[in-house]
Amino acid sequence: MGISPQISDIRETSRKELCFHCGEVCPDPPVETGGKPFCCEGCSTVYEILQENDLCRYYDLESRPGISLRERQNRSGRFAYLDDLALQRQLLDFGDDSIGKITLRLPQIHCASCVWLLENLNRLEKGILEAEVDFLRREIGLTYAVEEIGLRQVVELLAGLGYEPEITLESARPQEQKRRFERLRTRGATQRLAVAGFCFGNVMLFSFPEYLAGPGELAENWRTFFAAMNVLLALPVLLYSSTEYLGAAWQSLKQRTITIDVPISLGIAALFGRSLFEVLSGSGSGYMDSFTGLIFFLLIGKLFQRKTFASLSFDRDYRSYFPLAVAVMEGGEERAVPVADLEVGQTILVRNEELIPADCCLHSPLCRVDYSYVTGEAEPVDRGRGEVLYAGGRVVGTAAEMTVVKEVSQSYLTRLWNHEAFRKEEGEELNQMVNAVSRYFTAAVLAIAVLAALFWLRTDPGLAVNAFTSVLIIACPCALALSTPFAMGTATNLLARVGFFLKDPGVVEGLARIDAIVFDKTGTLTTTRSATPEFVGRSLGAREKSLLAAALRNSTHPLSRKLLQDLPEAEGLEVGDYRESPGRGLRCEVDGQTVLVGSRQWLMESGLSESELPEAPVGTATFVVVGEGAPGYFSFGNAYRSRIGSLFASLRYRFDLFLLSGDNDRERERLLPHFGDAARMHFDQSPTDKLEFVARLEREGNRVLMIGDGLNDAGALRQSAVGVAVAEGTFSPASDGILDADRLAELPIFLRFGRACMWVVGASFALSIMYNIIGISFAVQGTLSPLLSAVLMPLSSVTVIAFTTLATRLVARQVGVPQ
Amino acid sequence: MSALYLLVGFSLLVALVFLGAFFWAMRNDQYRDTHTPAMRILFDDNSPTSTRSQESPREVSQ
Repeated sequence: MGISPQISDIRETSRKELCFHCGEVCPDPPVETGGKPFCCEGCSTVYEILQENDLCRYYDLESRPGISLRERQNRSGRFAYLDDLALQRQLLDFGDDSIGKITLRLPQIHCASCVWLLENLNRLEKGILEAEVDFLRREIGLTYAVEEIGLRQVVELLAGLGYEPEITLESARPQEQKRRFERLRTRGATQRLAVAGFCFGNVMLFSFPEYLAGPGELAENWRTFFAAMNVLLALPVLLYSSTEYLGAAWQSLKQRTITIDVPISLGIAALFGRSLFEVLSGSGSGYMDSFTGLIFFLLIGKLFQRKTFASLSFDRDYRSYFPLAVAVMEGGEERAVPVADLEVGQTILVRNEELIPADCCLHSPLCRVDYSYVTGEAEPVDRGRGEVLYAGGRVVGTAAEMTVVKEVSQSYLTRLWNHEAFRKEEGEELNQMVNAVSRYFTAAVLAIAVLAALFWLRTDPGLAVNAFTSVLIIACPCALALSTPFAMGTATNLLARVGFFLKDPGVVEGLARIDAIVFDKTGTLTTTRSATPEFVGRSLGAREKSLLAAALRNSTHPLSRKLLQDLPEAEGLEVGDYRESPGRGLRCEVDGQTVLVGSRQWLMESGLSESELPEAPVGTATFVVVGEGAPGYFSFGNAYRSRIGSLFASLRYRFDLFLLSGDNDRERERLLPHFGDAARMHFDQSPTDKLEFVARLEREGNRVLMIGDGLNDAGALRQSAVGVAVAEGTFSPASDGILDADRLAELPIFLRFGRACMWVVGASFALSIMYNIIGISFAVQGTLSPLLSAVLMPLSSVTVIAFTTLATRLVARQVGVPQ
Repeated sequence: MSALYLLVGFSLLVALVFLGAFFWAMRNDQYRDTHTPAMRILFDDNSPTSTRSQESPREVSQ
């Protein structure tokens, strides 16, 4: 090595090595195993395991495919609850004396290497008999031999490799039924389409001889045969494929409203009835090809509208967030108990990073709880003995014992789901525009049909029936019904490509109608990554910073850790007389100087008078005194997402903007310029307050877009016309859309795109009505031939589909949706 | 010409067999996951020994 130490030093600092396992930047020096650099012991351990078992192909398929293990929790016994047989039964798809089958969700699956490793698990563990990954759903289906390995060991094996399964309260619900129902529904839709397509194709073939042959060329017996075949083939389409439309029309008539299904069903009835009559009476060959084609095209639209994203879930409630089991203390012994069976009065132990599953009363002297996800409070709060801890909070730092005071379903947060807003079925508002149009459309078509019939009744009664049915046939709003699904479906795909996932295409229409936007603060406008602490007071010198760092290094308190990140290394400084009162502050001697860090209360108890301490906002300041210097404090402000300013600047002119925060109001001044009026900003809002606020806005006639992220926003998200969850991690509460947090600033573009899509739909309505006018002008004269109908109907459908799809893409480029 | 009746009947029968095959595939979840099988094609080589990871140079970045 001809490089002098100095030069190699420079290289070391300017270039950082990446972990061979997970690709993160390695510390200096990296953890080395087998000549390869790793960022942490966890990653290198996984590498060793894989190498021992000849599984290094994992690293060939993709470069650095691993999941960082730096921040994983590795307390043994974390999955002990999985040994419980009753719990296992709730989780397993199938289980008997010899084998168990289970489907687990692994959100970490992200590449081909993951699939390969997970499907080769049996090389690592003989007890695993079969492993099959579903990449899009991020699921693995496992079959294991019960005698050789238990469920707990299976899960521990996965977690050890970095693929920790997501096991929540939701996993134990009777999922299978729900999933099967969903699958049957999509399967049914596809099968209906298949039948319609099959019959459509064959009916077309049987109709061709009639169209191609000149008058009298086709022998009568053939004509009857083909017509009979057509009726035979049209029957399954009527009785199986079109039932959804007929049923929906019947429902809407019972409710005395007119939806798009009504004119469609009129068309279906007219088409089939008249064709059947013509064939039976021998007066013609009917319109069976138009009929089957109509249903076929309509069902394609339906399928397009049912677009889903397999890896996302839009209906998650607190159950997907809460743990499945919790450690209950009984006579000094720990026992895993399913959260659902938790009873009032039981004492539970909640460890660092674990969730409090029910409202509890604290036993331990002190507990630090992060409520950011359930109440919106940005910073963890300290609670003392005897205080109530609300369900959903995450314990930070030392483990705490507590007594359950309310059952899970009756807790402060979970009670939200008992609200009536969660009981009503959503979705009746979809297709508003097309249903509004169809009301007039149906009336106009019926009027024209009756007038035409009355006109011909005096001269030719036969022609009157002919004209009446012809109008209903040709005016069947197939193209009208297709324009919304295709425009919205295309829009949904385009938005999904840039990180905005909609529950269903109908949400685009909802977005277009929004006139008020309500924002949550914590986690929505701010990031969950915490901000750099800001020092207020006389600025600290380099020497003072070193002293402070030396003192803080002894503390495990999260705020100390956070402060340390921005302080210089403090090598060789002697720390003496160290005293720390957990959660309140610390005091020590460093290099002959006294260092005091902690809350205002702590400093006053340590001998400083109140007048010496600067004024600071409550709860967020950590005071610091180094030596003889004047006290100052670190303020942990909120870290706002980038481009928030421009987001509000472009939204303000068109929408009423509101802020609903569960946090206290110390950010009021900072947010005031964005909202313009203090009356639009509400702080200290409970989850139910938020729901009620949105409900009030809607009662006042606003159409509200709620943008939130946490479980405390779930009620408001549900109540609002459109609820969008901003997602940074893996969990997002039930909503109509999930927006990638980095794309929040592009919200104005998405809203403009929604409105533009409605223009596209409007234009395609005009197009399809133009086709209708042409068709009706033939129909009223009683001269609508089956051939003309068979040409006009698919033609109008295809042009409308092509027009909406292309126009939506064009419009997306126009309004600036990123491609 | 009456052979045509038979032929039409047969052709319809053949088409029905295919429709039935599609239904069978649907019911057996053949279309449930259409993505992962495409990734598995990469794994055809079942030899457990790795070549690249033995000698791959350390990659560095800024």
